[in-house]
Amino acid sequence: MSATKIVTDATFADDVLLSDKPVIVDFWAEWCGPCRMVAPILEELAGDHDEIVVAKLNVDENPSTAAQYGITSIPTMNVYSGGKVVKQIIGAKPKAALLADLSDYLK
Amino acid sequence: MSDVREVIIIGSGPAGYTAAVYAARAQLEPVLLEGAVTAGGALMNTTEVENYPGFAEGIQGPELMMAMRAQAERFGAEILTQDAVDVQLTGDVKTVTDDAGTVWRARAVILATGSGYRELNVPNEKRLSGHGVSWCATCDGFFFKGQHIAVVGGGDSAMEEATFLTRFAEKVTIIHRRDEFRASRIMAERALNDPKIDVIWNSEVVDVLGDEKVTGVQLLNRVTGAQSTLDITGLFVAIGHDPRSELFKGQIDLDDEGYVLVQGRTTMTGVDGVFAAGDLVDHTYRQAITAAGSGCAAALDAERYLAGH
Repeated sequence: MSATKIVTDATFADDVLLSDKPVIVDFWAEWCGPCRMVAPILEELAGDHDEIVVAKLNVDENPSTAAQYGITSIPTMNVYSGGKVVKQIIGAKPKAALLADLSDYLK
Repeated sequence: MSDVREVIIIGSGPAGYTAAVYAARAQLEPVLLEGAVTAGGALMNTTEVENYPGFAEGIQGPELMMAMRAQAERFGAEILTQDAVDVQLTGDVKTVTDDAGTVWRARAVILATGSGYRELNVPNEKRLSGHGVSWCATCDGFFFKGQHIAVVGGGDSAMEEATFLTRFAEKVTIIHRRDEFRASRIMAERALNDPKIDVIWNSEVVDVLGDEKVTGVQLLNRVTGAQSTLDITGLFVAIGHDPRSELFKGQIDLDDEGYVLVQGRTTMTGVDGVFAAGDLVDHTYRQAITAAGSGCAAALDAERYLAGH
Protein backbone atom coordinates (compact mmCIF):
# COMPACT_ATOMS: atom_id res chain seq x y z
CA MET A 1 0.00 0.00 0.00
CA SER A 2 1.17 3.48 -0.77
CA ALA A 3 2.22 5.52 2.24
CA THR A 4 1.14 8.71 0.51
CA LYS A 5 -2.45 9.78 1.17
CA ILE A 6 -4.57 10.86 -1.80
CA VAL A 7 -6.64 13.98 -1.10
CA THR A 8 -9.29 15.64 -3.25
CA ASP A 9 -11.34 18.84 -3.31
CA ALA A 10 -13.98 16.96 -1.30
CA THR A 11 -11.64 15.58 1.39
CA PHE A 12 -9.16 18.46 1.62
CA ALA A 13 -10.75 20.15 4.65
CA ASP A 14 -11.01 16.96 6.70
CA ASP A 15 -7.74 15.35 5.68
CA VAL A 16 -5.51 18.41 5.52
CA LEU A 17 -6.94 21.47 7.23
CA LEU A 18 -8.29 19.58 10.27
CA SER A 19 -5.38 17.16 10.58
CA ASP A 20 -3.72 16.82 14.00
CA LYS A 21 -0.32 16.40 12.37
CA PRO A 22 1.31 18.71 9.84
CA VAL A 23 0.49 17.67 6.28
CA ILE A 24 2.67 18.12 3.20
CA VAL A 25 0.53 18.26 0.09
CA ASP A 26 2.12 17.59 -3.30
CA PHE A 27 0.14 19.39 -6.03
CA TRP A 28 0.79 17.35 -9.16
CA ALA A 29 -0.58 16.12 -12.49
CA GLU A 30 0.02 13.26 -14.91
CA TRP A 31 1.44 15.54 -17.60
CA CYS A 32 4.12 17.09 -15.41
CA GLY A 33 7.54 15.49 -15.93
CA PRO A 34 9.22 16.92 -12.81
CA CYS A 35 6.24 15.72 -10.72
CA ARG A 36 7.13 12.14 -11.64
CA MET A 37 10.60 12.70 -10.23
CA VAL A 38 9.28 14.00 -6.91
CA ALA A 39 6.65 11.30 -6.31
CA PRO A 40 9.05 8.49 -5.30
CA ILE A 41 10.99 10.87 -3.02
CA LEU A 42 7.77 11.79 -1.20
CA GLU A 43 6.78 8.15 -1.00
CA GLU A 44 10.10 7.43 0.78
CA LEU A 45 9.54 10.40 3.06
CA ALA A 46 6.08 9.05 3.95
CA GLY A 47 7.59 5.67 4.82
CA ASP A 48 10.36 7.16 6.97
CA HIS A 49 8.43 9.82 8.89
CA ASP A 50 5.12 9.30 10.65
CA GLU A 51 5.19 12.66 12.43
CA ILE A 52 4.03 14.28 9.18
CA VAL A 53 1.28 13.22 6.77
CA VAL A 54 2.37 13.08 3.15
CA ALA A 55 -0.49 13.71 0.75
CA LYS A 56 -0.93 14.33 -2.96
CA LEU A 57 -3.59 16.25 -4.81
CA ASN A 58 -4.13 15.85 -8.54
CA VAL A 59 -4.69 19.41 -9.82
CA ASP A 60 -6.32 18.18 -13.02
CA GLU A 61 -9.07 16.40 -11.10
CA ASN A 62 -9.23 18.89 -8.22
CA PRO A 63 -8.82 22.35 -9.73
CA SER A 64 -10.66 24.30 -7.04
CA THR A 65 -8.24 23.50 -4.20
CA ALA A 66 -5.29 24.30 -6.47
CA ALA A 67 -6.92 27.61 -7.47
CA GLN A 68 -7.79 28.46 -3.86
CA TYR A 69 -4.12 28.23 -2.90
CA GLY A 70 -2.98 30.13 -6.00
CA ILE A 71 -0.98 27.23 -7.44
CA THR A 72 0.43 28.21 -10.86
CA SER A 73 3.38 25.88 -11.06
CA ILE A 74 3.79 22.20 -10.31
CA PRO A 75 5.13 20.40 -8.50
CA THR A 76 4.35 22.70 -5.57
CA MET A 77 4.49 21.25 -2.07
CA ASN A 78 2.62 23.11 0.65
CA VAL A 79 2.97 22.24 4.32
CA TYR A 80 -0.26 22.80 6.29
CA SER A 81 -0.34 23.05 10.06
CA GLY A 82 -3.42 24.05 12.04
CA GLY A 83 -5.27 24.66 8.78
CA LYS A 84 -2.78 27.17 7.41
CA VAL A 85 0.05 27.08 4.86
CA VAL A 86 3.26 27.30 6.90
CA LYS A 87 5.74 26.42 4.16
CA GLN A 88 5.78 26.37 0.37
CA ILE A 89 8.29 24.52 -1.79
CA ILE A 90 8.07 25.10 -5.54
CA GLY A 91 9.69 22.81 -8.07
CA ALA A 92 11.32 19.38 -8.00
CA LYS A 93 14.29 18.93 -5.67
CA PRO A 94 16.60 16.09 -4.71
CA LYS A 95 15.71 14.26 -1.50
CA ALA A 96 18.45 15.87 0.61
CA ALA A 97 17.33 19.39 -0.38
CA LEU A 98 13.69 18.53 0.31
CA LEU A 99 14.54 17.12 3.74
CA ALA A 100 16.48 20.29 4.56
CA ASP A 101 13.50 22.45 3.53
CA LEU A 102 11.18 20.37 5.71
CA SER A 103 13.52 20.09 8.70
CA ASP A 104 11.24 22.19 10.96
CA TYR A 105 8.47 19.60 10.59
CA LEU A 106 10.49 16.38 10.76
CA LYS A 107 11.87 14.58 13.79
CA MET B 1 34.25 2.18 -1.90
CA SER B 2 33.02 0.10 -4.85
CA ASP B 3 35.01 -2.24 -7.06
CA VAL B 4 36.61 -0.62 -10.05
CA ARG B 5 34.02 -0.71 -12.84
CA GLU B 6 34.67 -0.33 -16.53
CA VAL B 7 32.56 2.76 -17.13
CA ILE B 8 30.38 5.24 -15.28
CA ILE B 9 27.95 7.47 -17.16
CA ILE B 10 26.92 10.73 -15.52
CA GLY B 11 23.64 12.19 -16.72
CA SER B 12 20.69 10.83 -18.64
CA GLY B 13 18.64 12.09 -21.54
CA PRO B 14 19.20 10.68 -25.04
CA ALA B 15 23.02 10.92 -24.74
CA GLY B 16 23.38 9.17 -21.39
CA TYR B 17 20.80 6.46 -22.05
CA THR B 18 22.15 5.69 -25.51
CA ALA B 19 25.69 5.49 -24.13
CA ALA B 20 24.32 3.05 -21.54
CA VAL B 21 22.60 0.90 -24.20
CA TYR B 22 25.84 0.61 -26.19
CA ALA B 23 28.12 0.15 -23.18
CA ALA B 24 25.81 -2.49 -21.71
CA ARG B 25 25.61 -4.42 -24.99
CA ALA B 26 29.41 -4.30 -25.12
CA GLN B 27 29.34 -5.97 -21.69
CA LEU B 28 31.04 -3.07 -19.96
CA GLU B 29 28.40 -3.26 -17.17
CA PRO B 30 27.91 0.51 -16.98
CA VAL B 31 26.63 2.38 -13.95
CA LEU B 32 24.50 5.39 -14.88
CA LEU B 33 23.82 8.21 -12.44
CA GLU B 34 20.73 9.66 -14.06
CA GLY B 35 20.16 12.59 -11.72
CA ALA B 36 17.86 12.97 -8.71
CA VAL B 37 15.37 15.32 -10.34
CA THR B 38 16.81 15.73 -13.81
CA ALA B 39 16.46 12.06 -14.83
CA GLY B 40 15.46 11.78 -18.46
CA GLY B 41 16.81 15.24 -19.19
CA ALA B 42 15.25 18.14 -21.06
CA LEU B 43 12.79 15.96 -22.97
CA MET B 44 10.95 15.16 -19.74
CA ASN B 45 9.48 18.66 -19.89
CA THR B 46 8.33 18.49 -23.49
CA THR B 47 5.24 17.15 -25.17
CA GLU B 48 5.18 15.76 -28.68
CA VAL B 49 8.54 14.99 -30.30
CA GLU B 50 7.78 14.96 -34.03
CA ASN B 51 11.26 14.63 -35.49
CA TYR B 52 12.78 11.61 -33.78
CA PRO B 53 13.27 9.10 -36.60
CA GLY B 54 11.29 5.90 -36.38
CA PHE B 55 8.19 7.40 -34.78
CA ALA B 56 6.07 8.29 -37.79
CA GLU B 57 3.22 9.62 -35.66
CA GLY B 58 5.48 11.36 -33.13
CA ILE B 59 6.09 10.32 -29.54
CA GLN B 60 5.80 12.09 -26.18
CA GLY B 61 9.21 13.25 -24.86
CA PRO B 62 8.89 11.48 -21.47
CA GLU B 63 7.71 8.29 -23.19
CA LEU B 64 10.75 8.31 -25.49
CA MET B 65 13.08 8.71 -22.52
CA MET B 66 11.42 5.94 -20.52
CA ALA B 67 11.78 3.65 -23.55
CA MET B 68 15.51 4.43 -23.88
CA ARG B 69 15.97 3.87 -20.16
CA ALA B 70 14.19 0.50 -20.32
CA GLN B 71 16.34 -0.48 -23.29
CA ALA B 72 19.54 0.27 -21.33
CA GLU B 73 18.25 -1.71 -18.34
CA ARG B 74 17.34 -4.64 -20.55
CA PHE B 75 21.02 -5.07 -21.41
CA GLY B 76 22.10 -4.82 -17.80
CA ALA B 77 22.94 -1.16 -17.25
CA GLU B 78 22.72 -0.28 -13.56
CA ILE B 79 20.71 2.94 -13.33
CA LEU B 80 20.65 5.03 -10.15
CA THR B 81 18.36 8.04 -9.72
CA GLN B 82 21.07 10.10 -8.08
CA ASP B 83 23.21 13.15 -8.75
CA ALA B 84 26.97 13.11 -9.05
CA VAL B 85 28.26 15.62 -6.49
CA ASP B 86 32.02 15.17 -6.90
CA VAL B 87 34.34 13.77 -9.57
CA GLN B 88 38.07 13.03 -9.79
CA LEU B 89 38.72 12.52 -13.48
CA THR B 90 42.49 12.21 -13.74
CA GLY B 91 44.53 9.02 -13.42
CA ASP B 92 43.79 5.46 -14.49
CA VAL B 93 40.97 5.03 -11.97
CA LYS B 94 38.43 7.81 -11.82
CA THR B 95 36.03 8.36 -8.93
CA VAL B 96 32.50 9.72 -8.92
CA THR B 97 30.68 10.45 -5.65
CA ASP B 98 26.88 10.41 -5.68
CA ASP B 99 24.53 12.35 -3.40
CA ALA B 100 24.05 9.31 -1.16
CA GLY B 101 27.80 9.42 -0.45
CA THR B 102 28.70 6.31 -2.45
CA VAL B 103 32.07 6.60 -4.17
CA TRP B 104 32.03 4.86 -7.54
CA ARG B 105 35.30 3.96 -9.24
CA ALA B 106 35.80 3.25 -12.92
CA ARG B 107 38.44 3.21 -15.63
CA ALA B 108 36.36 5.37 -17.96
CA VAL B 109 33.73 8.07 -17.44
CA ILE B 110 31.18 9.40 -19.91
CA LEU B 111 29.87 12.88 -19.15
CA ALA B 112 26.32 13.53 -20.40
CA THR B 113 24.88 16.07 -17.98
CA GLY B 114 23.22 18.11 -20.72
CA SER B 115 22.14 21.66 -20.19
CA GLY B 116 19.97 23.67 -17.83
CA TYR B 117 17.51 26.40 -18.78
CA ARG B 118 18.80 29.95 -18.92
CA GLU B 119 17.29 32.61 -16.71
CA LEU B 120 16.43 36.17 -17.74
CA ASN B 121 18.43 37.64 -14.85
CA VAL B 122 15.99 40.46 -14.20
CA PRO B 123 15.19 41.77 -10.71
CA ASN B 124 11.89 40.06 -9.80
CA GLU B 125 12.22 36.86 -11.81
CA LYS B 126 13.26 34.63 -8.90
CA ARG B 127 10.76 36.05 -6.44
CA LEU B 128 7.87 35.45 -8.85
CA SER B 129 8.99 32.08 -10.16
CA GLY B 130 6.25 29.61 -9.37
CA HIS B 131 3.89 32.56 -9.07
CA GLY B 132 3.49 33.20 -12.78
CA VAL B 133 7.07 32.88 -14.00
CA SER B 134 7.64 29.38 -15.39
CA TRP B 135 10.16 27.34 -17.38
CA CYS B 136 7.83 24.42 -18.08
CA ALA B 137 4.85 25.06 -20.33
CA THR B 138 3.71 21.44 -20.17
CA CYS B 139 3.66 21.56 -16.36
CA ASP B 140 2.13 24.96 -15.80
CA GLY B 141 0.11 25.92 -18.90
CA PHE B 142 -3.00 24.37 -17.33
CA PHE B 143 -3.12 27.09 -14.67
CA PHE B 144 -3.54 29.89 -17.23
CA LYS B 145 -6.85 28.93 -18.81
CA GLY B 146 -8.49 31.87 -20.57
CA GLN B 147 -5.65 34.25 -19.64
CA HIS B 148 -3.17 36.42 -21.54
CA ILE B 149 0.36 35.12 -21.11
CA ALA B 150 3.76 35.65 -22.74
CA VAL B 151 6.62 33.48 -23.93
CA VAL B 152 10.13 34.95 -24.09
CA GLY B 153 12.45 33.57 -26.76
CA GLY B 154 12.82 32.97 -30.47
CA GLY B 155 14.02 29.38 -30.84
CA ASP B 156 12.23 26.09 -31.39
CA SER B 157 11.40 25.65 -27.73
CA ALA B 158 9.81 29.10 -27.54
CA MET B 159 7.69 28.29 -30.62
CA GLU B 160 6.71 24.89 -29.23
CA GLU B 161 5.76 26.39 -25.88
CA ALA B 162 3.76 29.24 -27.42
CA THR B 163 1.85 26.87 -29.68
CA PHE B 164 1.23 24.43 -26.83
CA LEU B 165 0.05 27.21 -24.51
CA THR B 166 -2.73 28.26 -26.93
CA ARG B 167 -4.59 25.15 -25.74
CA PHE B 168 -5.16 26.94 -22.46
CA ALA B 169 -4.57 30.66 -22.86
CA GLU B 170 -6.84 33.21 -24.44
CA LYS B 171 -3.84 34.92 -26.01
CA VAL B 172 -0.10 34.22 -26.14
CA THR B 173 2.40 37.00 -26.87
CA ILE B 174 5.90 36.00 -27.94
CA ILE B 175 8.54 38.51 -26.84
CA HIS B 176 11.72 38.32 -28.88
CA ARG B 177 14.83 40.47 -28.78
CA ARG B 178 15.54 40.37 -32.51
CA ASP B 179 13.46 41.02 -35.65
CA GLU B 180 13.34 37.38 -36.74
CA PHE B 181 13.14 33.98 -35.08
CA ARG B 182 16.05 31.54 -35.08
CA ALA B 183 13.52 28.69 -34.82
CA SER B 184 13.15 26.20 -37.66
CA ARG B 185 10.76 27.41 -40.34
CA ILE B 186 8.04 24.83 -39.64
CA MET B 187 7.92 25.74 -35.95
CA ALA B 188 8.05 29.50 -36.57
CA GLU B 189 5.31 29.39 -39.21
CA ARG B 190 3.07 27.30 -37.01
CA ALA B 191 3.36 29.95 -34.29
CA LEU B 192 3.05 32.94 -36.63
CA ASN B 193 -0.06 31.51 -38.29
CA ASP B 194 -1.79 30.81 -35.00
CA PRO B 195 -4.64 33.31 -34.47
CA LYS B 196 -4.08 33.25 -30.68
CA ILE B 197 -0.38 34.19 -30.97
CA ASP B 198 1.08 37.63 -31.55
CA VAL B 199 4.70 38.79 -31.45
CA ILE B 200 6.48 41.76 -29.94
CA TRP B 201 9.74 42.06 -31.90
CA ASN B 202 13.06 43.72 -30.97
CA SER B 203 12.16 43.78 -27.30
CA GLU B 204 13.57 42.38 -24.13
CA VAL B 205 12.08 41.83 -20.72
CA VAL B 206 13.79 44.14 -18.22
CA ASP B 207 11.61 43.31 -15.20
CA VAL B 208 8.71 41.16 -14.07
CA LEU B 209 5.90 43.01 -12.32
CA GLY B 210 3.56 41.89 -9.54
CA ASP B 211 3.36 41.63 -5.76
CA GLU B 212 2.01 38.16 -4.97
CA LYS B 213 1.89 36.97 -8.56
CA VAL B 214 2.78 38.15 -12.03
CA THR B 215 0.67 41.01 -13.35
CA GLY B 216 2.89 42.14 -16.22
CA VAL B 217 6.36 42.67 -17.64
CA GLN B 218 8.42 45.76 -18.31
CA LEU B 219 9.76 45.76 -21.87
CA LEU B 220 12.61 47.65 -23.53
CA ASN B 221 12.50 48.15 -27.29
CA ARG B 222 16.07 47.59 -28.44
CA VAL B 223 15.63 49.69 -31.58
CA THR B 224 13.84 52.77 -30.23
CA GLY B 225 14.96 52.52 -26.60
CA ALA B 226 11.35 53.01 -25.49
CA GLN B 227 10.05 51.22 -22.40
CA SER B 228 6.54 49.84 -22.11
CA THR B 229 4.44 47.59 -19.90
CA LEU B 230 2.60 44.49 -21.07
CA ASP B 231 -0.19 43.20 -18.80
CA ILE B 232 0.02 39.43 -18.53
CA THR B 233 -0.58 36.84 -15.82
CA GLY B 234 2.05 34.30 -16.84
CA LEU B 235 5.58 34.48 -18.25
CA PHE B 236 7.18 31.41 -19.80
CA VAL B 237 10.93 31.72 -20.25
CA ALA B 238 12.41 29.83 -23.22
CA ILE B 239 15.62 31.70 -24.02
CA GLY B 240 17.88 28.72 -24.31
CA HIS B 241 20.13 26.56 -22.21
CA ASP B 242 23.62 26.56 -20.75
CA PRO B 243 25.77 23.43 -20.45
CA ARG B 244 25.77 21.84 -16.99
CA SER B 245 29.55 21.58 -16.73
CA GLU B 246 30.11 23.21 -13.32
CA LEU B 247 31.10 19.92 -11.68
CA PHE B 248 33.92 19.33 -14.18
CA LYS B 249 35.43 22.82 -14.17
CA GLY B 250 39.17 22.79 -13.60
CA GLN B 251 39.47 19.10 -14.50
CA ILE B 252 38.64 19.12 -18.19
CA ASP B 253 38.82 21.83 -20.82
CA LEU B 254 35.72 23.93 -21.35
CA ASP B 255 35.19 26.70 -23.88
CA ASP B 256 34.19 30.27 -22.97
CA GLU B 257 30.52 29.34 -22.75
CA GLY B 258 31.16 26.30 -20.56
CA TYR B 259 30.78 23.59 -23.21
CA VAL B 260 33.12 20.62 -22.84
CA LEU B 261 35.79 20.58 -25.56
CA VAL B 262 36.30 17.30 -27.41
CA GLN B 263 38.89 16.25 -29.95
CA GLY B 264 37.80 16.46 -33.59
CA ARG B 265 34.90 14.22 -34.45
CA THR B 266 35.43 12.05 -31.37
CA THR B 267 33.95 12.34 -27.89
CA MET B 268 37.38 12.34 -26.22
CA THR B 269 38.05 15.17 -23.80
CA GLY B 270 41.60 16.26 -23.06
CA VAL B 271 41.72 13.78 -20.16
CA ASP B 272 42.44 10.10 -20.94
CA GLY B 273 39.43 7.90 -20.32
CA VAL B 274 36.97 10.77 -20.04
CA PHE B 275 34.39 11.18 -22.79
CA ALA B 276 31.59 13.70 -23.26
CA ALA B 277 28.35 13.63 -25.24
CA GLY B 278 25.06 15.40 -25.85
CA ASP B 279 24.12 18.99 -25.09
CA LEU B 280 27.10 19.29 -22.76
CA VAL B 281 29.30 19.38 -25.86
CA ASP B 282 27.01 20.54 -28.61
CA HIS B 283 26.80 24.24 -29.47
CA THR B 284 25.19 23.68 -32.76
CA TYR B 285 22.54 21.01 -33.18
CA ARG B 286 21.14 20.20 -29.73
CA GLN B 287 18.59 17.67 -30.96
CA ALA B 288 17.45 14.43 -29.33
CA ILE B 289 18.82 12.47 -32.28
CA THR B 290 22.22 14.19 -32.33
CA ALA B 291 22.53 13.72 -28.57
CA ALA B 292 21.68 10.03 -28.93
CA GLY B 293 24.23 9.76 -31.76
CA SER B 294 27.00 11.29 -29.69
CA GLY B 295 26.08 9.09 -26.72
CA CYS B 296 26.60 6.10 -28.99
CA ALA B 297 29.95 7.51 -30.14
CA ALA B 298 31.05 8.06 -26.53
CA ALA B 299 30.31 4.45 -25.62
CA LEU B 300 32.25 3.21 -28.67
CA ASP B 301 35.17 5.55 -27.89
CA ALA B 302 35.17 4.35 -24.28
CA GLU B 303 35.05 0.71 -25.38
CA ARG B 304 38.06 1.24 -27.65
CA TYR B 305 39.96 3.08 -24.92
CA LEU B 306 39.29 0.31 -22.37
CA ALA B 307 40.38 -2.39 -24.82
CA GLY B 308 43.66 -0.57 -25.39
CA HIS B 309 44.49 0.00 -21.72
